[in-house]
Amino acid sequence: MERLKLVLQYFQSNSESISNGICIVLALVSVKLYTSFDFKCPCLPQYNKLYSLGVMIIPPIILFFLGVLINRHTGVMMDEWMRPVGNRSKNPAVVKYLFSAMIQRALLAPLVWILVTLLDGKIFICAFSLSVDPALFSGLPNNTDLDVIIIMSKVPCKEDVIFRNSSFHKAVSRYVRCYSQAVGWSILLFLIVLGALGRLFKPCFDDHARFLQTRYWSNYLDVEQKLFDETCVLHARDFARKCVVQFFEDMREDTILRLSHPSVISHSLVEWRDEEEERLHGITKQEQVDKLLNKWYYSKPELDVTRIAHRPRTCVTWEDHKGKTLYTDL
Amino acid sequence: MDKFRMMFQFLQSNQESFMNGICGIMALASAQMYSVFEFNCPCMPEYNYSYGIGLLIIPPLWFFMLGFVLNNNVSVLAEEWKRPTGDRRKDSSILRYMFCSVTQRSLIAPAVWVSVTLMDGKSFVCAYSINLDIDTFGNYSILRGLSEAERMRVLAKIPCKELFEHHELRVAASRYIKCISQACGWIFLLMMTFVAFLIRAIRPCFTQAAFLKTKYWSHYIDIERKMFDETCKEHAKSFAKICIQQYFEGMSGEMHGFHRQRSCANDSDDEDEDKKKSDEEKLLGIRAQDDMNKVLWNWHTCKPALALRKDQTDIENNGTVNGEANGTLNGFANGHAHDVKKKEWAVYYSKV
Repeated sequence: MERLKLVLQYFQSNSESISNGICIVLALVSVKLYTSFDFKCPCLPQYNKLYSLGVMIIPPIILFFLGVLINRHTGVMMDEWMRPVGNRSKNPAVVKYLFSAMIQRALLAPLVWILVTLLDGKIFICAFSLSVDPALFSGLPNNTDLDVIIIMSKVPCKEDVIFRNSSFHKAVSRYVRCYSQAVGWSILLFLIVLGALGRLFKPCFDDHARFLQTRYWSNYLDVEQKLFDETCVLHARDFARKCVVQFFEDMREDTILRLSHPSVISHSLVEWRDEEEERLHGITKQEQVDKLLNKWYYSKPELDVTRIAHRPRTCVTWEDHKGKTLYTDL
Repeated sequence: MDKFRMMFQFLQSNQESFMNGICGIMALASAQMYSVFEFNCPCMPEYNYSYGIGLLIIPPLWFFMLGFVLNNNVSVLAEEWKRPTGDRRKDSSILRYMFCSVTQRSLIAPAVWVSVTLMDGKSFVCAYSINLDIDTFGNYSILRGLSEAERMRVLAKIPCKELFEHHELRVAASRYIKCISQACGWIFLLMMTFVAFLIRAIRPCFTQAAFLKTKYWSHYIDIERKMFDETCKEHAKSFAKICIQQYFEGMSGEMHGFHRQRSCANDSDDEDEDKKKSDEEKLLGIRAQDDMNKVLWNWHTCKPALALRKDQTDIENNGTVNGEANGTLNGFANGHAHDVKKKEWAVYYSKV
């Protein structure tokens, strides 16, 4: 009983903490991906917004799918949802609990990406520099014969030649970045407030007793699936070993030996069960081994190991030099 | 319970984690190889496209095949596919399952290479710089009045910093193409992730029972193969031990006969029995340099037949160097000079 409790505790802590760990690793991966990604704004009026919003939205979708894929609970939830009823009634609350846990964990990495994007500001500048009113800032380069729109769309590209002698682009970037950071911090604040309110007021709307039951049974499903996989692996191993041994033993033959003296019998029977001989499973000749290996390829044994429980023993018959039977195992 | 857990972990870790580990290492290796590789666009209109696109496609093919080579399950799959039916029917769903799992693991490193290449953008710049319309970047007059071939030659130099004079145009053009390349990269990643999501998350909706069956039997095939190899190894070891033991004993028996002929009065057998059992057993009757030399010489020139005898009587005078067993039974040694013939019959009895 004690051991069982210990094992269950281990499974429980293992499963949840593993999922949380993976979730955090994915969030860190998303930050690393952002820092290593070399963002290059096209600086063309028709493509700026499209490209920037694409970079803000597509990676979170990818990270969300990855989060769902990597989570173990996805498989457990899908199995429980899709299984036929059979002998076990289905509890939709368990499926809902697993689903919400999975979604919460999967949403962390995309949110981290979006927040990092907004707080950094590069992508926002690329998307919205066109929408800024250039009259707010002095120093608009008017020596070139380019359109205002084109000039504004080049603001994210700092090294462009038209901005060489002015700080116009710096002022516009700074302005847009402020907006971006404000949006980022607001989203973060909103999420934290939402989480806090949810935590505080959940007991008012939730039946805690039912929640305890749901959580227990979701965890149970996870543990049960793990144990089933474990048992299948161990069973396959035992099955394989017995099948192979049975195959070896099927190839061996019984022997009749001729010996001179009857008194040799009582001493010699002790010798037979030598450990090395046991491992031979009765295959003691080159031809037998060759035949065995050949048969292993051309005609694998059927998947049935019931015979090994009633396996035939090698029977030895002892005869003297005249041919009279002295002793037989039969 | 703990023993089971440890054993399971060992088994599991041996098979799946090992494969996943190899998969992860190859993905990292592919990213590292890309960063180490020095990209050298030829900057000539005839070769730019082949170089750029070739670099996008050929290394992934190579990684894919390397994934197959490094995966142990490929040989298991091939064996299971080609084996004759014999007593065991073949199940095509198991073959499909094994093939799918091998393919999925091998696809990760190529996908990493393709996405890193697209995100970096250099190969696209190299491949597509000749297709640019530079009027979109502003008023540049470098291409006015040039023939088609010369136009292409100038545009092909865009990826090479040292060869193209107009810095701003080059920066603007590479930026543009890199954006397209990155957009393609993100879309590629999105597609791969979505397909993986469909396979992993939606599959349980279909054929879950059949899936459990195929998973069990494909794992069983792998384990059975390992068990068979193990059993063969153990068998060979025991076979070799006994064969050598019998060979030594055979030689010892002959030596005993030889010595007895030379010094029939000298009853050395009593002295043998006085020595410690274990030492004597280890010597297997070979105690002289000449005897040992003969044993070693004969081992090479005349190996014993691969047929272990269960008979352990003393076939004194019939002992030839072909390794007929001349071991002694418990206390039943050496004395009998009966001419015993040995015959083996194969009789099979089954207890059903």
